[in-house]
Amino acid sequence: MEKITTHTGVGVPLRRSNVDTDQIIPAVYLKRVTRTGFEDALFARWRKQDDFVLNHEAYRNGSVLVAGPDFGTGSSREHAVWALNDYGFRAVLSPRFADIFRGNAGKGGLVAGEVEQSDIELIWKILENQPGTEVTVDLVERTVTCDTLTVPFQIDDYTRWRLLEGLDDIGLTLQHEEDITEFESRRPDFKPRTLPART
Amino acid sequence: MGRTLAEKVWTDHVVRAGENGAPDLIYIDLHLVHEVTSPQAFEGLRLAGRPVRRPDLTIATEDHNTPTIDIDKPIADLTSRTQIETLRRNAEEFGIRLHSLGDAEQGIVHVVGPQLGLTQPGMTVVCGDSHTSTHGAFGALAMGIGTSEVEHVLATQTLSLKPFKTMAITVNGELPEGSTAKDIILAIIAKIGTGGGQGYVLEYRGEAIEKLSMEARMTICNMSIEAGARAGMVAPDQTTFDYVQDRPHAPQGADWDAAVEYWKTLRTDDDAVFDAEVVLEASDIEPFVTWGTNPGQGLPLSASVPDPAKIADENERIAAENALAYMDLEPGTPLREISVDTVFLGSCTNSRIEDLRGAAAVLKGRTKAPNIRMMVVPGSARVRLQAEAEGIDQVFKDFGAEWRFAGCSMCLGMNPDQLSEGERCASTSNRNFEGRQGKGGRTHLVSPLVAAATAVRGTLSSPADLD
Repeated sequence: MEKITTHTGVGVPLRRSNVDTDQIIPAVYLKRVTRTGFEDALFARWRKQDDFVLNHEAYRNGSVLVAGPDFGTGSSREHAVWALNDYGFRAVLSPRFADIFRGNAGKGGLVAGEVEQSDIELIWKILENQPGTEVTVDLVERTVTCDTLTVPFQIDDYTRWRLLEGLDDIGLTLQHEEDITEFESRRPDFKPRTLPART
Repeated sequence: MGRTLAEKVWTDHVVRAGENGAPDLIYIDLHLVHEVTSPQAFEGLRLAGRPVRRPDLTIATEDHNTPTIDIDKPIADLTSRTQIETLRRNAEEFGIRLHSLGDAEQGIVHVVGPQLGLTQPGMTVVCGDSHTSTHGAFGALAMGIGTSEVEHVLATQTLSLKPFKTMAITVNGELPEGSTAKDIILAIIAKIGTGGGQGYVLEYRGEAIEKLSMEARMTICNMSIEAGARAGMVAPDQTTFDYVQDRPHAPQGADWDAAVEYWKTLRTDDDAVFDAEVVLEASDIEPFVTWGTNPGQGLPLSASVPDPAKIADENERIAAENALAYMDLEPGTPLREISVDTVFLGSCTNSRIEDLRGAAAVLKGRTKAPNIRMMVVPGSARVRLQAEAEGIDQVFKDFGAEWRFAGCSMCLGMNPDQLSEGERCASTSNRNFEGRQGKGGRTHLVSPLVAAATAVRGTLSSPADLD
């Protein structure tokens, strides 16, 4: 997983609350066997509407999504984070995230920053008045800067540390690889192995 | 203070204890893999440039998508075929042992592990499948995991797990003739509900459990997840040791002696305290069937379809009303009068040789009810071969049942074996959810003996109804 300290990119105002994971990526895309390439699946239903924000040229290459409250509710699918990542998003800002989504985001290297609703409104106005404005998400300082506005965002210490260090779950566990190797040296000989195959 | 069986197995697998409420890092002894939940896990490894840490503790089979007829022909459904082909490529690339369609060891992952002797007492076993609880029958701590956890186990052979609570489910006394392990577990789920086991590891104990064969214990542990529990266990005993001994991957010689010595310590201490306890009397357990759309909506076969109006709890009443509408059943109808269209004998719950023997003994010399479709799907290619060696396949064929190749089949209908809209099925599987066996299909969960008797009479029946 890539380390993130700050990220700057075009902000996308998504004026919707309760964006559930089925909107982020409809179930039909879950049959795939790949882990990447979900960019076409992101908000697939909404993107069929001409006036959807990502269909505006100025926002098309956005990488900071600014959404209403309760982002990521519904089914626990990890694909929602994959789809946002694959499209090019590095951060989602919302007044409130669904717990499972927030957990999946942290594991997937996507910053999920909680920003006060009133600040979200201010950011939306800037992004709508000046489409294409860049937003800087500073994970070290926990601030969001958009034009002349700088506001704080919340993210828990543990998730912030993981993102700063670029550690996914496996990376974290492998920090303790010596413990695993040591445990393996103590495993009893009678424990079965699948290889070589006996039938 | 003494420890429970589950706590002993847990303690013996702690690689690193979590501090300040963080999860423990637990070592995994056996990782079972199939084609549905593994593709993105392997892809994740590939993207990160990570190898599989212990291919020698990992084994894969093809089961969810595999056809049960014409297995030598290409798989027609594109999604199914892609998943199978992806597993084959991943197994090749990462050095994983794979038993493919057509191989003598292919079959449902939860049938194959025990059959090869890979599932043993005191192990930790995981698989990207909720019915991994099956392996708890050996006194193993076995649980289903999600795809990102599959990747984590492939890469590290460990899992970060939060501690669980323990629940004792004691079944006293002796099971009446005609009642089986399936009836015990359906009665347990009806008693504690589909959420009753949430957050717990269940330990099944008591005289009735001790008397069960290993295959019957697997049936019970298999459906622990249907009571909301991630895992269910039975303490290993002589029955367990006898089952494991001489299987292909069982310990041998001095290893066998060391293993048995350890396995004998895997019992809940007399002074251990469970977080919850449930007690059932085996003598009360009749053949059980479900009438609704969750596994907790079950009753003894002698009962009638319940009247939702008489259910006090509002949520349960609404659930019952919805279930009866979906199942097209009238309150008050005796369960024995419900006609079915199809009988499915199979799934990781009930597709082992004893299940097939039990059903065949009921069917032998009897005639199938008109218009009934009966499908028999052995749990593994090995079970199929054994049944054929014993002549059981001929009993099914003479009766007019379809004798199929191994796989998950109609339990979840990922392959072509599905119910059609409105079709009613007596099924030895584990989930009667809406649409599980096919869109609009109606499922009654039953034991293999009830499935067989139902195929004879055409309505939900037990062998005792046949004479």
